[in-house]
Amino acid sequence: MASNEYVVRTKGLVKEFHMGDETLRALNGVDLDIKRGEYLSIMGPSGSGKSTLFNAIGGLDKPDAGSVFINDVDMAQLDAKELAYLRCHTIGYIFQTFNLLTAMTALENVTLPTVFAGAPTEEGIERGMEMLNKVGLGHRLHHRPGQLSGGQQQRVAIARALVNTPAIVLADEPTGNLDLKTGEEIIALLRELNKMEGVTIITATHDYKMVDVSDRVVWIRDGKIAKIEERADIKISVGGMEDASGVASHSE
Amino acid sequence: MSGETVKNAPQSQITLPFSKAWAISMRSIKIRLGRSLITASGIMLGIAFYSSVRTTGLFPSTDVGPEALAAAHRQSWLAIMALLVCFVGITNSMLMSVTERFKEIGTMKCLGALDKFIVTLFFIEAALMGFIASAAGWLVGWLIICILHLFSSGLSAFGGAFWLGSLIQMLECVFIGAGITLIAAIPPAYNAAKMPPAMALRSEI
Repeated sequence: MASNEYVVRTKGLVKEFHMGDETLRALNGVDLDIKRGEYLSIMGPSGSGKSTLFNAIGGLDKPDAGSVFINDVDMAQLDAKELAYLRCHTIGYIFQTFNLLTAMTALENVTLPTVFAGAPTEEGIERGMEMLNKVGLGHRLHHRPGQLSGGQQQRVAIARALVNTPAIVLADEPTGNLDLKTGEEIIALLRELNKMEGVTIITATHDYKMVDVSDRVVWIRDGKIAKIEERADIKISVGGMEDASGVASHSE
Repeated sequence: MSGETVKNAPQSQITLPFSKAWAISMRSIKIRLGRSLITASGIMLGIAFYSSVRTTGLFPSTDVGPEALAAAHRQSWLAIMALLVCFVGITNSMLMSVTERFKEIGTMKCLGALDKFIVTLFFIEAALMGFIASAAGWLVGWLIICILHLFSSGLSAFGGAFWLGSLIQMLECVFIGAGITLIAAIPPAYNAAKMPPAMALRSEI
């Protein structure tokens, strides 16, 4: 096991969006430490900045100020090739809209990251089939996204995110486009993979079903962390939004 | 999974083998066959127009004196107009076909693709489409004019010079068509590959 406790750390993250003359501060100084192997949910209403935080942690967008450290490496210091390596090997992404490549079958979608990783074809296919079996889609290898249900597409996306054995899986509203039952199944699958594979899972969501399985919940409001709750504390303060004791409360 | 040693020294992404890139591009054209055909026919029609103008020039003019000169001028103007039509038509269809795939580009970047991979994929696709569609376009324009002349003046005009001229024009049409296709396709693909993935993913058409 790696010695350092935190797989992701952010320091004073600021991100602004310019719309005409108006400037919107989507992130306003976010400090967040994410432990290795934990299941962390970033909760907040839409427009609270959680997707922006997600993008910053995943290296999908550059923050205007502050830094993101992945395994103690400052992401701003990486060049394009190193960043691509990081996205390929260290981080897996899951999206609300699944984002599968429509031209490819389930297996090809899952295999693509191994192609980018330079793995031999046979090994990639083997890994891809293994992952699809793991998410319960072993019988749908050669179906294209259009022939799969939303829940199945999200399973393919999860298999794809995990195929290069990343340390972190980032999921942006993974249940946002799914019905209640399918959403629950996807959440259960993510939790299972988190437990079995030890992969750190970070989800940005406003799905309250997510709270039950999360080790910690980060509440975001107006681009700032309103509070961070451990799971045990959430159970005590059912329905309450007040700070649980013993939990770091981040705000500026 | 997370048990592996921490990589404090950042590692760099490696290259994409050409055979894989070729396979992905071919796949992409085939699966989107309907869409590819529409884009390709845009290229084809432009080149067919240009080809027909150029082929007409291969047949000896029936005009004499100042009228022949005027006819030659008209011919040049038509060729220039045809080129403009090609340029606008091809640029339009390629821009659309690349722009509607920004999300795909963003997704591939999330999966660890280098900018170079993405540009390579789009280069292969555009080059293939440009090449095939331009060749087809030349053939269509050439055939129409040939058939027209066959009816109006018989076989007499189809001499050795005609066939040589046709060959040169075929190469010219393919070169121009594929060239414009690449010029139209690569900059938007390059821009999309360069932008932060979040921005490419946000784009909606």
